[in-house]
Amino acid sequence: MTASSPAIAFRTLLTKEMLRFWKVSFQTIAAPVLTAVLYLLVFGQVLEAHVEAFPGVSYTAFLIPGLVMMSVLQNAFANSSSSLIQSKIMGSLIFILLPPFSHWQLFGAYVAAAIVRGVVVGLGVFAITVWFAPHSLAAPHWILVFAVLGAGIMGSLGLIAGIWADKFDQLAAFQNFVVMPATFLSGVFYSVHGLPPFWQAVSHLNPFFYMIDGFRYGFFAQSDVSPWLSLAVVALALVVTAGIAMALMARGYKLRN
Amino acid sequence: MIAIQVSQVTKRYGSLSALAGIDLSIAEGEFFGLLGPNGAGKTTLISIVAGLVRATSGRVAVMGHDVVADFRAARLALGVVPQELAFDPFFTVRETLQFQSGYFGLRNNDDWIDEVLANLGLTAKADSNMRTLSGGMKRRVLVAQALVHKPPVIVLDEPTAGVDVELRQTLWAFIRRLNREGHTIVLTTHYLEEAQALCQRIAMLKSGRVVALDSTRALLAGLAGLQMTLRVSGELPAFVLAHRIEERDGSVLLRLAHPADVARVITECMGAGCLIEDIEVGHADLEDVFLQLMSDRRDPELSEPESRAAA
Repeated sequence: MTASSPAIAFRTLLTKEMLRFWKVSFQTIAAPVLTAVLYLLVFGQVLEAHVEAFPGVSYTAFLIPGLVMMSVLQNAFANSSSSLIQSKIMGSLIFILLPPFSHWQLFGAYVAAAIVRGVVVGLGVFAITVWFAPHSLAAPHWILVFAVLGAGIMGSLGLIAGIWADKFDQLAAFQNFVVMPATFLSGVFYSVHGLPPFWQAVSHLNPFFYMIDGFRYGFFAQSDVSPWLSLAVVALALVVTAGIAMALMARGYKLRN
Repeated sequence: MIAIQVSQVTKRYGSLSALAGIDLSIAEGEFFGLLGPNGAGKTTLISIVAGLVRATSGRVAVMGHDVVADFRAARLALGVVPQELAFDPFFTVRETLQFQSGYFGLRNNDDWIDEVLANLGLTAKADSNMRTLSGGMKRRVLVAQALVHKPPVIVLDEPTAGVDVELRQTLWAFIRRLNREGHTIVLTTHYLEEAQALCQRIAMLKSGRVVALDSTRALLAGLAGLQMTLRVSGELPAFVLAHRIEERDGSVLLRLAHPADVARVITECMGAGCLIEDIEVGHADLEDVFLQLMSDRRDPELSEPESRAAA
């Protein structure tokens, strides 16, 4: 046996968190991919002939990056939050709390696993939906940056919700009353330029809007606001959510009484 | 070297005082018992030692490492078998142990994992999913998880609650071996005969305070003499009443200093016209010590420190 290594501890927790969703991939990967495809089929069919969000871009082509990013965000949130609440309720969180993990290691492993799940689901959605409309990848680095940062924000938010919630019901409330409305009203299904001025202004207060808009810029090199503004907002949101999650973990809030 | 040093530890939950100033010092290599009724604070104290709960005040060190300031070294030195039967339903027994070993930053630990599996009778179940195991088998895995990083200090929080005789014997044989090899063992249990048989030293907790701390032998010697359980019909004579400890189910429990007192009790009862229906005489055991300490009606918050209570 060799001496204790913090790097091995981190890698083990990350591997375990990834295996956790991989072992039930039908539920954690296949199901959200199918949901996104259904959205594309229904909304694409109904609105294809009526809406042109960006000049020269069909509605279905416009919708695909939005659905991919929505899947990335929702699944990143689901991964960290469900892992934490499940282990809290089952009592198995003790196996994470007894070893010498720092709050940095715990945060890093949970959020990295959330990013991996988000990106894997996003790739799955893209791999299927891409056949429904001509596509472009105008600036792939923006796609990657916004996918990773957005999933990082949602992984952090999932940790906060998982730490705060004492039961599944509270977590479901957080997911259905905060995450779902914020993602749905962020421009996944429409360009905010098509909204009345008041709702445009409201949309600009929603950090999810910048995640979707920046991500979509990577596909079309067109967006509602500058990708640099989106990057700044998303980076700030990551700093805030990660900061809160790490502060809660460092204090042991609801974890170490 | 002191394995576990607990200094003036208090824990409050709002207005409730779970621990009211605990001082304990457990030497390296000891087999130490932590006893007390439900709600006495045993699990809270163990949780503070393990870093699962933060003390309101006071300090705890494991193998000289503060559990808050130097938590990495303290947790590496400690293995805890928790009271609650928890498991991760996604993984097999071997995966569970490999993950736990990795969490402690260890690699190439499979030889020791195999040895722990064999010693706890888990080898045949190594590749079974945790969900499929019986309660007793899950309990064995909990013990294995606590030992996977070969900690010098091992805390077992009621490890034999609701498990069969075979597991108890397997478990105690293994834990005794670890203790002989130098591991410090701290045990909480409601089975006092286990504590009496295994522990060299015992602390008894009541309402968040240590009410007794001594070697098992000295605690038993404190109740030297005989215990007599007596069931009679009629009024008990004054001599018998003077030796009464408690009454249970129509019987009285007496403590007698000398074997000669047994004959006197019988003579006095017969002289008072009592009919003796049942009689049983034996030596005091740890359960008697426990009952005597726990039935002490003085409020520990108000009482002076007892002579036997060690700080």
